[in-house]
Amino acid sequence: MIAVLALLAGVVLGLWLDPTVPAALQPYLPIAVVAALDAVFGGVRAKLDRIFDDKQFVVSFISNVLVAALIVYLGDQLGVGGQLSTGVVVVLGVRIFGNVAAIRRHMFRA
Amino acid sequence: MADPVERQAPAPPVEPAESVVVEPAGTVAGVWWRRFGSATVMIAALLGLLGFTLAVQLKTTSTDSSLAAARQEDLVRILYDLEARESRLRQDVATLEESQRQLRSGEQGRQAALAEASRRADELGILAGTLPARGPGLAVRFEAGSKPISAFRVLDAVQELRGAGAEAMQISGGDRASVRIVASTYFLDGENGSLVVDGRRLTGPFTITVIGDPATMRTGLNIPGGVVASVAQDGGNVIVEDREVAEVSALHKPRTLEHARPVG
Repeated sequence: MIAVLALLAGVVLGLWLDPTVPAALQPYLPIAVVAALDAVFGGVRAKLDRIFDDKQFVVSFISNVLVAALIVYLGDQLGVGGQLSTGVVVVLGVRIFGNVAAIRRHMFRA
Repeated sequence: MADPVERQAPAPPVEPAESVVVEPAGTVAGVWWRRFGSATVMIAALLGLLGFTLAVQLKTTSTDSSLAAARQEDLVRILYDLEARESRLRQDVATLEESQRQLRSGEQGRQAALAEASRRADELGILAGTLPARGPGLAVRFEAGSKPISAFRVLDAVQELRGAGAEAMQISGGDRASVRIVASTYFLDGENGSLVVDGRRLTGPFTITVIGDPATMRTGLNIPGGVVASVAQDGGNVIVEDREVAEVSALHKPRTLEHARPVG
């Protein structure tokens, strides 16, 4: 409940403040957001599996974001930033799909 | 590049961590924070941050046109494409300008040729007697004395005028009938002192209207033993008048050529 409220509060705050993303962050922000989404869906799934652990969620959330940003940064340094960020998005997308499928099984028994 | 990344990447964890660490010192915050436990607050902060960045990112992507959000290598590629396109278009422009120049010079040449041709046509028309002409010249009036003016005298006068540079001539009789004098014009003696010019009968007195340099032609007519003198010998009279604008308006009907063909 608190998590959903916090999410909504963040969205509202983002829409209301309307900050501009610094140019240096622009390549990493979308990847970080996708990584965080992956962690959130993983958390929801764990909650439904009744194996949710606060500490694990926080650590996975932060490490997801950090690793995703790091990979993109590394890709940029190697000159394959575009391809590597695509790869990261694909991997995270597959994971999100898997998590969502598990959530769906829990909620609809299908 | 490395610096902002290092700063950016830890940003999500650092902020909530700090708030978590600092907040116990506060009184009100500390109360509700203790109620839920540190992990819950942390999760809430992380999710809030996620929502915030999500909204910001969505907004940035929707407001930004494609270029501002594009990566550096994409921009380089786009720039390269644009440069290639620009050079291609520049070549097109050069080619088109060249062909425009050619067409224009061709048109100018055609116009010059046309002007030259029409000028020549005018000249030849005046020479052949198919076009009316006007210009400075003389009116030469033959008045018969005891003997009528003979065709020979008139022809003599015409030749003299031609020799003096006459450019267009016509002869008119007493009844104002006019005949253009061209290269093929002939003069015959008619009855009762009349004159047959190119098949038309003219009655006296005759007037030759001629376009050319008046002074030269007047001198040509007045030379000793010339036209004026000969006519005066026959008792006639030749009156030569200068004309500012001599009108040669009679036209010669051109003959249709049956045998002669232009060469070339």
